[in-house]
Amino acid sequence: MGLTYTSTGAGARLSAAPESRAQVRAALAGNPNVGKSTVFNGLTGLHQHTGNWSGKTVTSAAGTYEYEGRRYALTDIPGAYSLRAASAEEAAARDFILFGGADLIVVVCDAGALERNLSLALQIMEVTPRVILAVNMMDEAKKRGIVVDTARLSAALGVPVVPMAARRGRGFEELRCAIADFRPPEYAYVTRFSETVERAVNILEMPLFNALEGMCDPRFAALRLLEGDKATLMAIEEHLGRPLAELPGVGEALERAREALAGSGLGEEDVKAELITGLYKASESIVAGAVTGRGGYDAGQLRVDRLLTRRKTALPLMLATLALVFYITVAGANAPSDALHALFEWAGARLDGALMAAHAPDVLRDAIVAGVWRVLGYVISVMLPPMAIFFPMFTLLEDLGYLPRVAFNLDACFRRAGACGKQCLTMAMGFGCNAAGVVGCRIIDSRRERLIAVLTNSLVPCNGRFPILIALITMFLVTAEGVWGHILSAAALTGFILLGVGATLTLSAILSGTLLRGEPSSPTLELPPFRRPKIGEVIVRSALDRTLFVLGRAAAAAAPAGLIIWLAANIPAPGGTVLTAITGALDPAGRALGMDGVILTAFILGLPANETVIPIMIMAYAASGTFQGMESTAQLHALLAANGWTWVTAVCTGIFTVLHWPCATTLLTIKKETGSAGWAALAALLPTVMGAALCALIAAGARLLG
Amino acid sequence: MDLTLSGLAEGERGIIYELEGGSARDRLMDLGFTPGAQVMCLFSAPSGEPRAYLIRGAVIALRRRDAGSIRLRRDGEDRVWA
Repeated sequence: MGLTYTSTGAGARLSAAPESRAQVRAALAGNPNVGKSTVFNGLTGLHQHTGNWSGKTVTSAAGTYEYEGRRYALTDIPGAYSLRAASAEEAAARDFILFGGADLIVVVCDAGALERNLSLALQIMEVTPRVILAVNMMDEAKKRGIVVDTARLSAALGVPVVPMAARRGRGFEELRCAIADFRPPEYAYVTRFSETVERAVNILEMPLFNALEGMCDPRFAALRLLEGDKATLMAIEEHLGRPLAELPGVGEALERAREALAGSGLGEEDVKAELITGLYKASESIVAGAVTGRGGYDAGQLRVDRLLTRRKTALPLMLATLALVFYITVAGANAPSDALHALFEWAGARLDGALMAAHAPDVLRDAIVAGVWRVLGYVISVMLPPMAIFFPMFTLLEDLGYLPRVAFNLDACFRRAGACGKQCLTMAMGFGCNAAGVVGCRIIDSRRERLIAVLTNSLVPCNGRFPILIALITMFLVTAEGVWGHILSAAALTGFILLGVGATLTLSAILSGTLLRGEPSSPTLELPPFRRPKIGEVIVRSALDRTLFVLGRAAAAAAPAGLIIWLAANIPAPGGTVLTAITGALDPAGRALGMDGVILTAFILGLPANETVIPIMIMAYAASGTFQGMESTAQLHALLAANGWTWVTAVCTGIFTVLHWPCATTLLTIKKETGSAGWAALAALLPTVMGAALCALIAAGARLLG
Repeated sequence: MDLTLSGLAEGERGIIYELEGGSARDRLMDLGFTPGAQVMCLFSAPSGEPRAYLIRGAVIALRRRDAGSIRLRRDGEDRVWA
């Protein structure tokens, strides 16, 4: 082991760059939970967009920034523990590092766990020496007694090392400067392994060097061949267009290299173990020379951890947290909802007046004001306040580090259902948006368990469905007023969520016993230390990233939905309008499920966005065929009650809200993520069957009891 | 009897000397569970598994079966960890 001259010839491209005005392409890599996105956000500010990389179904954030007159394009690669990818996310990270065409890779490290972080950095340096190490969380590590000497680290590795405390905004100027001044290192650290392995590498390196022509580092390719890392080899061969063993001289060299290893009693598995151990040994010795203090686990933190995971306290604390979040959402959303509603009514009247003054035809005026505008106004005034309260609170829990503890606590439940505890985290993402939850399932390593998580994600009600549940609860299930009413409402909402969680576990168990049979995998879940959340940043981020995005999508679906409903309710058909014809046809099915034809129609027409379900219902019920608006919950309650709603209708509608087909966006996302329309169809069918069965049971029971 | 990681009680520590072969071995090693590494059991989930282990400065939760595939020897050092 030691410093060795690396002459892959790949450095030529960047060395010419400083003179040119072309933008520099940098990528951010690193373990999960090292503050990569904080570094990314800090560098790019708001100049970012989410994009797919080269047609793959992987979303990595990309952004740009300017520094001293030059433009830098930055890609945030998904977090990875190793280039021996265990999950779809890690495979995406590996492929980007290998073939993403970045001019340099910034490896973000956690100063407090440098040995493990460095093992990834050393792997990346096997691919390319064009690396900058950003040692983040220097402040946190120092508190634990760990001090990193970045100059020594840089000397040992041969690449620039930048100390950072990104959450405190420290180190960004230094990093920008290091990226701007970057030159491919003349000497970069190369991890050396045992003599036997090195001899085998030597046999392969020359033929690979000649055959690969700079497409991939020959030493890296040789090591992957010797340890038989099939996934990485496939990625290289896909890029190359043919098997490595078919390259001139390589097949024969590989055979000789394998014979040499076999002569020392080493098979592929032994080589792999030696390579991983070798990386860690190298990492240990580098850390030993540059880091003082080992840092244990903080005693206070351990007490909190034990409290959060103890048998007696874990479940009550989880339920209490969930209920508290809902309580604050329910209690806080009322007033702003009413205010927004009044604002939309006022603006609607102005719009109506303006159209009248412009002599617009009555039909057009009615379609715009009573159709499009009212539905849009309803969706925004009912959706925005709960989202604006719920999202930041959830982001706060995420930021704090509580969610991984919940996944830890519930892993046993998921194990019994043949699934993975990380499914909890994807469910939590589903609270915000099921499409996001489905994409989030990439964090689950096993394909079988990932499919289970994808197929069940919509059983967690997303933010588009929360307001439906809240409206149903406050109108029909909880009659108490004031604080007590809010508490009961929060409890009822928690009940609906628990129904969704129960359905998730049940369906997961059914799937892993039938369609997705298989061995439970070996999930590994990292529990990051608790961190004081950056409240200001959380609010801005969740407002920008989540609230506006979800709201925009909902509004985009609500406006055309408003027009379609208005048309359906105003175009005459035999015996009434198109809308009454549809709701009439669906009425028997709706009644059997404890609902009615209108509610079922609303769910079906709500496919593009569940947010439109309640306005569709109101429009269909209202005799005039236009959405009457609703000054108060009491008015809406009166309208529904006049149409035969009882608490049974409300309970069944609530259950069906939780358990029915996912929205169109989520279905498309499932198709994209699983690569199959069949899985998407199943994801629509299974929850619907569950919901319909439960509703039919309750409706039948209610009829029996009279 | 052989000591494995799953046999460590909360607060106990050991040094890894061997990993059983199996589908999880490579991943466990990639996460830092390699021979020679010091590891400590920190806390358990309500039902007794998974358990959280301190390894190379990070906390990783493992199910019993996977922890049972990692063989340990007792750590002789008297370092205060937590």
